[in-house]
Amino acid sequence: MVPLSWYLALSAVLFTLGAVGVFLKRNIISMLLCLELMLNAANLAFIAFSSFFGQVEGQLFVFLVMTVAAAEAGVGLAIVIAVFRNRETLDVDESNLLKL
Amino acid sequence: MNLLFELPPLPTLRDTMLIVPELMLTLFACAALVVDIALPRGKKSLTAWFCLVGIGFVALALVQQYTLNADKLPVDAFYQMARIDGLSLVFRGIFLLAAALSIVLSVKYLDVENEQRGEYYALILFATTGMMFMAIGSDLISIYIGLELMALTVYVLVGYLKRNERSNEAAMKYFFMGIFSSAVLLYGMSILYGVTGRTNLGQISEAIAGYTQNGQLQGEGDPRMMLILALVLIGAGLLFKIAAVPFHMWAPDAYEGAPTSVTAFMSVGPKAAAYVLLARVLLFGLGPLRDMEGLPGWSIMLGVVAALTMTVGNIGAVTQENIKRMLAYSSIAQAGYIMLGVLAGTQMGYRGVVFHLVIYTLMNTGAFTVIISLHRKGIIGEKVDDLNGLFAKAPGVAVMMLVFMLSLAGIPTTAGFIGKYFLFGSLIQSGKPWMVYLAVIAVVNTAISFYYYARFIRAMFLNPLKEEAPLTLSQPMRVTMAVSAVLVMLFGIYPQPLIKVADLAAKSISTVYAQASGIASN
Repeated sequence: MVPLSWYLALSAVLFTLGAVGVFLKRNIISMLLCLELMLNAANLAFIAFSSFFGQVEGQLFVFLVMTVAAAEAGVGLAIVIAVFRNRETLDVDESNLLKL
Repeated sequence: MNLLFELPPLPTLRDTMLIVPELMLTLFACAALVVDIALPRGKKSLTAWFCLVGIGFVALALVQQYTLNADKLPVDAFYQMARIDGLSLVFRGIFLLAAALSIVLSVKYLDVENEQRGEYYALILFATTGMMFMAIGSDLISIYIGLELMALTVYVLVGYLKRNERSNEAAMKYFFMGIFSSAVLLYGMSILYGVTGRTNLGQISEAIAGYTQNGQLQGEGDPRMMLILALVLIGAGLLFKIAAVPFHMWAPDAYEGAPTSVTAFMSVGPKAAAYVLLARVLLFGLGPLRDMEGLPGWSIMLGVVAALTMTVGNIGAVTQENIKRMLAYSSIAQAGYIMLGVLAGTQMGYRGVVFHLVIYTLMNTGAFTVIISLHRKGIIGEKVDDLNGLFAKAPGVAVMMLVFMLSLAGIPTTAGFIGKYFLFGSLIQSGKPWMVYLAVIAVVNTAISFYYYARFIRAMFLNPLKEEAPLTLSQPMRVTMAVSAVLVMLFGIYPQPLIKVADLAAKSISTVYAQASGIASN
């Protein structure tokens, strides 16, 4: 039996990797993948807690989050395609019409 | 896990009746997609009027829901997943108002952009559905789903002009920052679930109060550090949606790049929705964490964020040349003011939050209607200079813009003043020294904001006319502007009706809040 803390440590590591990746990566597709990693890190924590408590709420939440993540990927890729059509680059640094 | 034996009874018709407004809105949104296909090219704007009729019916259903349940509020439905109380009733009304105003002012704008398509209006309805579920959600699960439904549709709306590079870029930036924030929010929720073992806000509040009863920790270990971590993560996710500093960087870009009609919508609807979530989560779920002994509670964190938000928003607005960017910073500052009401924790503060949000919805959509009328074929009309000599060209529009600007600045006899009076007054009334300092910061900020609101007024009334091209104004836009301006003036002079509505929401917060243990002692 793997103790709860291991799952939580893995989830924290995955979440951090995703968060750091979003800021370091310059390619839009890689950034999307990092965001998915963050969502799945949260999912892992939910499942670990859920099985630790012997409840279903956490697992239920994960099902819904997975559905939302799929919708998010759909919207995200649509936006990426729209950007690529107009600009023919996937580098976020070249998107600079609006000043930060 | 012997699940099959623990299953509660299935939801009854009574539960379903309680979400009829949301169901109706969903059906109208789906029907709008069908209507759009059925309509011939060139008649697509009829979808807008169809959606407006839908919003009217939903508003009627909402009123009926109130009259049926007025004496037994709050009512829970779907195993406490949804909660109908004064707060959710009033806020759903605000969302419907914001959606209706945005639809009216979109029709002409989309004609000018040559992008008149029915799905635009369907998306606005879907976003409104998400906001309404956020307002009634009292469980982490329903809150998250409502939030994502709203957020995903607004990303699409921001990138609606798909051949426009600025719209693309705004959508991309908003999307990435938005998903990042909702991932942070979700991770915070998972920690909160891990500490309390509950997803229902009321039960979470009880569980937290149980840990910290009588100032003594019950059981083993100190869960407070984990609770603070969860609080910070959830708070960051929600404050992002409100565009509070330091999570505001997306707002000026998204507001500038988005189609102006969408900017009008997203500066009022989703912002009000994020506020209702902030109130729900902080007051109903994490109430016991407001002040903690020896550790920072959320009241002090929110105080710092509010002070930063007001200051950065107002100072940022001073140097802007683009009207949409300037209004983006102004809305950041307004978000800071509204936060003060949540912070004060008194009936007057909550009343101020609701009052100011309603008025803010009216004056901001009003101001954006004026900006949309400046946008003509071949003229972008987004610079402050584009307002030059507006009074000479269209006196009525200029006077209404004057009303909106004075109200945003908070000049007496406009409703914006009454809202700020409640918000700042509640801080002083609370009597805590640091809250009084915060009120002083807020007043200084209001003074700074006069400067950039006055720039609009100077451009309209004193500067010479720049070009003669007539404004893009349709009859419905004129009506929206006039109604907003009249209401802003009316509630400035005679605010009682709106105060009554705001108190309906404020009472529902303060009754729950008084019951929660651990706060009563404060």
